[in-house]
Amino acid sequence: MTDKMRVVVVGNGMVGHKFIEAAVASGAGLDITAFCEEPRIAYDRVHLTEFFSGRGAAALSLVEPGFYERHGVRVLVGDAAVTIDRAAKTVTARSGAVVPYDKLVLATGSYPFVPPIPGNDRDHCFVYRTIEDLEAIAAAGAAARVGVVIGGGLLGLEAAKALKDLRLQTHVVEFAPRLMAVQVDAGGGAVLREKIEALGVQVHTGKNTQAIEAGEDRRHCLRFADGSAIETDLVLFSAGIRPRDQLARECGIAVGERGGIVIDDHCRTSDSDIYAIGECALWGGRIFGLVAPGYRMATVAADHLAGGNETFTGADMSTKLKLMGVDVASIGDAQGTTPGAREFTYVDGVNGIYKKIVVDADRRQLLGAVLVGDAADYGNLLQFKLNELALPEHPDALILPRRDGAGLPGLGIGALPDSAQICSCHNVTKGQLCGAVGGGATTLAELKSCTKAGTGCGGCAALVGQVLNGELEKLGLEVCTDLCEHFGHTRQELYHLVRVHQIKSFQELHARHGRNSGGCEICKPAVASILASCWNEHVLGRRHAGLQDTNDRFLGNLQKNGTYSIVPRIAGGEITPDKLIALGVVAKKYDLYTKITGGQRIDLFGARVEQLPVIWRELIDAGFETGHAYGKAVRTVKSCVGSTWCRYGVDDSVGLALDIEHRYKGLRAPHKLKFAVSGCTRECAEAQSKDVGVIATERGWNLYVCGNGGMKPRHADLFATDLDRDTLIRYVDRFLMFYVRTADRLQRTASWLDNLEGGLDDLRAVIIEDSLGIGAQLEEEMAAVIASYQCEWKTAIEDPVKLRQFRPFINSDRADEQVVFVREREQIRPARADELEGVPA
Amino acid sequence: MTASPVKIPPAAARRWIDICALDDLPPDAGVAALLDLGERSSRQIALFRIGEGDEVHAVDNLDPCSGANVLGRGILCQIQGEPAGASPIYKQHFRLRDGRCVEDEGVIIAVFPARVRDGRVEVGVAEG
Repeated sequence: MTDKMRVVVVGNGMVGHKFIEAAVASGAGLDITAFCEEPRIAYDRVHLTEFFSGRGAAALSLVEPGFYERHGVRVLVGDAAVTIDRAAKTVTARSGAVVPYDKLVLATGSYPFVPPIPGNDRDHCFVYRTIEDLEAIAAAGAAARVGVVIGGGLLGLEAAKALKDLRLQTHVVEFAPRLMAVQVDAGGGAVLREKIEALGVQVHTGKNTQAIEAGEDRRHCLRFADGSAIETDLVLFSAGIRPRDQLARECGIAVGERGGIVIDDHCRTSDSDIYAIGECALWGGRIFGLVAPGYRMATVAADHLAGGNETFTGADMSTKLKLMGVDVASIGDAQGTTPGAREFTYVDGVNGIYKKIVVDADRRQLLGAVLVGDAADYGNLLQFKLNELALPEHPDALILPRRDGAGLPGLGIGALPDSAQICSCHNVTKGQLCGAVGGGATTLAELKSCTKAGTGCGGCAALVGQVLNGELEKLGLEVCTDLCEHFGHTRQELYHLVRVHQIKSFQELHARHGRNSGGCEICKPAVASILASCWNEHVLGRRHAGLQDTNDRFLGNLQKNGTYSIVPRIAGGEITPDKLIALGVVAKKYDLYTKITGGQRIDLFGARVEQLPVIWRELIDAGFETGHAYGKAVRTVKSCVGSTWCRYGVDDSVGLALDIEHRYKGLRAPHKLKFAVSGCTRECAEAQSKDVGVIATERGWNLYVCGNGGMKPRHADLFATDLDRDTLIRYVDRFLMFYVRTADRLQRTASWLDNLEGGLDDLRAVIIEDSLGIGAQLEEEMAAVIASYQCEWKTAIEDPVKLRQFRPFINSDRADEQVVFVREREQIRPARADELEGVPA
Repeated sequence: MTASPVKIPPAAARRWIDICALDDLPPDAGVAALLDLGERSSRQIALFRIGEGDEVHAVDNLDPCSGANVLGRGILCQIQGEPAGASPIYKQHFRLRDGRCVEDEGVIIAVFPARVRDGRVEVGVAEG
């Protein structure tokens, strides 16, 4: 126990947590204690604004549940370090605890700078740093109409989005003559301002705030040096950050003139047993206020502790982000201050796009760039800058629109050296990606999951995809996307062929586009599913029955002993006592094992093939319809009880769940689809683990997509916020049909999205902005599916030909006497092999 | 559960049992049937019809991998030209001509001769 090196980490922000992850991964066997001053462990501060768009605090957490416990990391939540005794090598906590250390890591971060303006301490003046800050702002915002952000930099604009999300009339006040003065030049700033103002945020630049006083109509009045004034209900300071170096300062560790704990290339402070990382650290006279350099410092410090020799050598401060939906990116010398620098500029005044590149005097090297309104070129430009690649003969081609479909000049991914950093958030190089591909990560999702590349800001996703494709080709790994030996096409291609050529049967598709004779258990159900998605004919039709997997062929769920389970639809989980009784009566009459499902339905087990139609006759007479539990189809829409009953509900989740379930029931898809609707952010319906999740807000519905429980849980992504019902339905229509159209066979929405090259942003573009121009078509296709809905069981029991398919034997109605049940806990269960003695073989 | 290779009875010592009309069999699919062996003895078999023609295969209905009588409910496959039935339970393939399991050569199911006479499907069993 005691021979382990004791490491104390002060601060459990993003960088402090990253250090712990790296230290654990180093395998050095450290005894780690961390101070976490905030009431919750490390969370994603970069995406803090999503807290306002409905993403709860838990969703922002960076710590995998159980991670600290599993690795024996003690985290003192809610306790702060107050003094360091370097002689005794102890840290004293606010709680009075004295924690000894062998090595100390300061990851204290920064604090928001509040300009010394008289009145800055009035009520309803806030900063924007922690979840607690956000909660206070949200509380104040509820009773406010107007909000002002002081500071028009990157964080200021983030904060403005937060105020807009609170539906406040929002102003941004900036001292400099333009927005984002550090990252963006005058031209880019002008376009950015135009776009931000078009979104309803009023921008005031060149304003020197002199005082905050009591207002006449609103709580505050901001007075500016030029004599003008704004009245507002709340003020949010976002005027930069300052390093939190007080602990270090007080114990005599060297700090910079203007703050920041001085560190060397191993992130060591002037005391060689104490490290400093992240925004509190000063390296080469600079503070790095981005998360990527902080992560890098964390990795370097952890490596050095474990005896390694990695170094921090500064960081590229290039950045790309989306501010209120506006793409903004800045690379290197964005202002063109390098002596001899030349610029190329492209301005599209119609669509609000500004692009500029800064090149050196002989036009060989890229020095910097600014992109506003369209940052698609960011990844490529960044590679030119970071790897000092030679520019093409006409560098302006890098930013000019490519309308002729020609590829990007100059930069193939092959041109990059192995050391080229592809993902700056997680510091993944091209070499590492290539290694991972060689090691067996041959899909985009696998590559992302094993290298973490593309899982931070996502800006490099396209490049990661290019590296993957290039490597696969180089390794001679032919990526065979053929469905099977009977079709040399992908599922997407077959779907397209079926649609375009109006193909209605497997035989026709195989005759026209297949190879080899026959089919198999891969292509038959896949084609059956495509045909059902497109034309929605009965799955037991003569041309289709033989294609179906056994579940679809018998419209039930096959169990291990050859019997089936029956799940009638109970939309939204709502059921009348009479129907509940009817289910009980049927279950009792046929002696079916009865269990409640996770999707708020009731599953009846143990029906033999020939019993299925008889049982369904009774269920249909009692008002039930099929639940499609057997199909790769829309299953359930789980719901909480919602505002009708719940004290906290803000909208009618059951009503919406019923509408959604009845709208999409019967839709067949590449895999099963699960939905849920929650009536408030308490999320009792667990919508964020579903393919489609909807959560009520005060102003409408938030839509989440591509979540998954099960084997590989995936938290759903917030797709759109505060939607009205019609918009919500339109988005879901498009989303589902786009998934049906493009997914692989048996690919759930979660892995579909993980493999989508443009990721969530592209999906939003397709669904919300209709970037492919297929929105109306997708809606029509969905309308056709909805209009052709039938209860498959009702049709089956009314059709003598279909009914014959449920005979136990083609030549006999005798039941399979080898199906044997025993009783357990008052119900049936299949007999085990050792219980089968005496049964005729 | 494994089975020893089944000896297909020589043609001379065969008795043909009438099962059903060919038209009763759905094309390119399987069904279960009951082989009446007399003296209140019977055996479950799976019949697969290839295409719309009169090529019919008969094998055991019992899936040795799951112990359930389900093979007739599996999907008919052509694996490199060889007809096979896929178990609906754990998806193993059984070749219809020799009963071998594609995934595990040691597992074999019984194969019965099958023919079509005058529009009727018949399955052969050993005499006596």
